[in-house]
Amino acid sequence: MRNLSLAVAAMAVMVVTLTIVLFSVITNASFVNTIAQITDKIDISVYLKDDVPAARSTQLVSQLKHLSNVKQVTYLSKDDALKRYERQNADNPQLLAAISSTANPLPATILIKPTDLNEIKDIKSYLSRPEVKQLQSDDPSYSGDRKAAIDKITHATNVLRQIGVVTVAVFSIICALIIFNTIQMAIFNRRDEITIMRLLGASTSYIRGPFVVESLIYGVLSAIISVLIINSAFLASSNALQASSLGLLDINYASTWFGNHFISLLGLQLMVGILIGTVSSTIATRRYLKFKTK
Amino acid sequence: MILLDRVSKTYNRALGPSLDRISIHVEPKEFVIVVGQSGAGKTTLLKLLTREERPTSGKIIIGGIDYDKLKDKDIPLLRRKIGVVFQDFKLLPNKTVYENVAFALEIVGVSNKEIKHTVPKVLDIVNLKGKEKRMPQELSGGERQRVAIARAIVRQPRILIADEPTGNLDPKHAWDVIKVLEKINRYGTTVLLTTHNQDIVNKLKRRVVTIENGKIASDRAGGGYKV
Repeated sequence: MRNLSLAVAAMAVMVVTLTIVLFSVITNASFVNTIAQITDKIDISVYLKDDVPAARSTQLVSQLKHLSNVKQVTYLSKDDALKRYERQNADNPQLLAAISSTANPLPATILIKPTDLNEIKDIKSYLSRPEVKQLQSDDPSYSGDRKAAIDKITHATNVLRQIGVVTVAVFSIICALIIFNTIQMAIFNRRDEITIMRLLGASTSYIRGPFVVESLIYGVLSAIISVLIINSAFLASSNALQASSLGLLDINYASTWFGNHFISLLGLQLMVGILIGTVSSTIATRRYLKFKTK
Repeated sequence: MILLDRVSKTYNRALGPSLDRISIHVEPKEFVIVVGQSGAGKTTLLKLLTREERPTSGKIIIGGIDYDKLKDKDIPLLRRKIGVVFQDFKLLPNKTVYENVAFALEIVGVSNKEIKHTVPKVLDIVNLKGKEKRMPQELSGGERQRVAIARAIVRQPRILIADEPTGNLDPKHAWDVIKVLEKINRYGTTVLLTTHNQDIVNKLKRRVVTIENGKIASDRAGGGYKV
């Protein structure tokens, strides 16, 4: 390897590219998880009048279950609602006292978990039908403020995802160009040898092989290094900072997810590295190892 | 073995053809010398034979291969059937004598065992026994050219093309090289030699094809050559 500095540069850019790829994938997974967690906590609460017969509320629950976009329906009787209230306010004796001293004022409640938060129109319209509406003691609660938060996170995630895709694309192209250049230099350095090989009747693949293999090695080494970099970054953040999250990025989750998917992530990195290496070196050899005669 | 039928090659229309309707027929096991001044078209002729260049018109058939029907991807296969020796040797400077010769076999996928068996024999033919481990720069010009010849014949081609192999050599070394070529010819290889060394041509007394201004000026068996 006579053009060592060029090879090092090619490797460095490839490592950066692959690290960005890996970081994007992990961040994305972490965001998806964060959104799923918050979304899971959101539900629509339907408060029933005390005089609704049990048969009617059971019927309502099963009807709600058949609506599209409904993930889960939970029925809380007045007693269940009280227990939940007590559980939720266990650390606030005043609020507890306010209720336990009198008769249970809490209504029986139906909790509806939608599959997609942005598509709850059907559920809303069903709940506002007169025959359903008349069973309710109050308007349904939509956990409105949480929905706004989720919308923000979803939006941020989408933007970050787009930035990630663009960054990965840009770096992949830069990386391919640099590898292309490196191979071109390698071909230039060995042009005499290549001329001789060609005159001696070496096949195209025989001449091209070493150059493609060279860039394959860049790809494989860079993939391994990028995985090691991310791995040590997780180690460093958990040991030194003891941080569990970085803004939207849940580091603990990301770290666990990285550990659980280590093999497939390494495979992904190898695939991307090998792909960039092979494509750029194939183009370079096609272009600079002229096999055609005039 | 070699058939050229009205072959022309024009690089640049303004300058006229470098080769103009050349027809040569070389029998198997023949030893043919192509002579001519620099720029007469000798090198162009050889480049057409090794398919480094395509003729502008005319037909070339070598060892049964019709060049009109030869696909680009089959050029390596053609070149494996022809041994070529160059004026500037074209040895790999970072390989030993042995490795340079073995290289010709390696690139076509010959097994190591066979390489070990064949290379010493060929080095013996070109009288380089005992110099296997030398580097090209440690050898004289004549020795280097004999390494190149060894490399050209190690795959036992039926045709050996030597492009001014003595061009860079002093007379003594030139004769060493010519003797090796004659030896190879005796073993049954068709040899096509280009030179402008009058002395060699006259002493060899072989068929001489003279090219002048891209045309065949004469084609005589056992001929001589005057500058």
